[in-house]
Amino acid sequence: MLATQAMLEQGIHVEGINFYTGFCVEGHTHAIRKKDKAKPKRNNALWVAEQLGIKLHIIDVIDEYKDVVINPKHGYGSNMNPCLDCKCFMVRKAHEWIEEHNFDFIITGEVVGQRPMSQRRDTMPVIQRESGAEDRLLRPLCAKILPATLPEREGWVDREKLFDFNGRGRKPQIALAEKMGISDFAQPSGGCCFLTDAAYSGKLADLWSARGERRYELDDIMLLKVGRHLRPRPHFKIIVGREEGENRFLEGYRKQFTHLYTTSHPGPLVLLDGEANDDDLQLAAQLAARFSQGKMAETVRVELHEKGAAKRELDVTPLTNEEIPVEWYL
Amino acid sequence: MSHHQLDARRMLCPMPVIRTQNFVAKLPAGDTVDVLCTDPGALHDIPAWCRIHGHEIIGTQELDGELIISVRVGTPSG
Ligand code: SF4
Repeated sequence: MLATQAMLEQGIHVEGINFYTGFCVEGHTHAIRKKDKAKPKRNNALWVAEQLGIKLHIIDVIDEYKDVVINPKHGYGSNMNPCLDCKCFMVRKAHEWIEEHNFDFIITGEVVGQRPMSQRRDTMPVIQRESGAEDRLLRPLCAKILPATLPEREGWVDREKLFDFNGRGRKPQIALAEKMGISDFAQPSGGCCFLTDAAYSGKLADLWSARGERRYELDDIMLLKVGRHLRPRPHFKIIVGREEGENRFLEGYRKQFTHLYTTSHPGPLVLLDGEANDDDLQLAAQLAARFSQGKMAETVRVELHEKGAAKRELDVTPLTNEEIPVEWYL
Repeated sequence: MSHHQLDARRMLCPMPVIRTQNFVAKLPAGDTVDVLCTDPGALHDIPAWCRIHGHEIIGTQELDGELIISVRVGTPSG
């Protein structure tokens, strides 16, 4: 936001590009979970663009991004976040975009030393090189402590008016925001995606180990954001809606998954991912009963819709908390 | 001038915006599109996207949990 404003103040035409990888922390979970309804559901990138008065292009990179997550050349950060590869990928895509649309250079809001993996002094040039953007990549917020780039050398931008921010401290940014008259300066200080989240990364690792291969589809990674996930057996897991919004979201997946819900008592929708035999289905039904309002009842009736089979009804005893090992919770 | 429909149901934001953006890119100014979606976030995001790009929202309605956001394509600028 600040980097863009600095360019606008130099009279440069800027348009924003936002890449959607499927892992982005955006409105999804807010939209799904009712408890978060009070929080604004705005898309941050759109909001920022509107504040700055620039156009924003949102680009779906879901498929291409898979290779970044699955095979990061530079490895992962503290969780499953391949930040350095991710930055290289995004700058490369941005570079392709500017070539196609006749733009001259790329700016990012990166600051040397701000993030442990992707914004170190020694990784900054890696991004320039591996993205192919080379010296058409300008970081206005720390340009003064980096070698001059093409836009500076050509005089398209005035290097003197750029900045020398460095390190994790955010004071200079906040001061600059104030000077620029930006009051609601919403820049995440943590990661920008779910891959930096330990719980989420754990679920993704579980998915890969259960499948025996590192692969995912958009639906898989969406579902990892929703509901309670339990893996009672290596060959199947269940996803339990935690409230109405999540149940409604999970309903959209009924055709693709074996699913079950309690009919004698109100309860959540439960999706079953994997292969399940009759014993497994019985166990899943007991779990569904446990998460329903009939959890204290002696028997609970569960309707089971097995993928590709007629629906069935099961009368089961809900599992008790003690019968559910903590390791089942993902 | 034609009227179009775009199905973005069951998609979560920002997918409905991306679909709208890519669909509108192929249309001439003045055409209208009804975007069908289910993520309430689209009620924020599609109008915001339209404001940024100079398109007009001509109406929104909600029907059985489904949303219809009607957009009139603006004249491309710069
Ligand atoms: S936190 Fe940001 S840089 Fe790191 S992997 Fe996620 S989107 Fe990429």
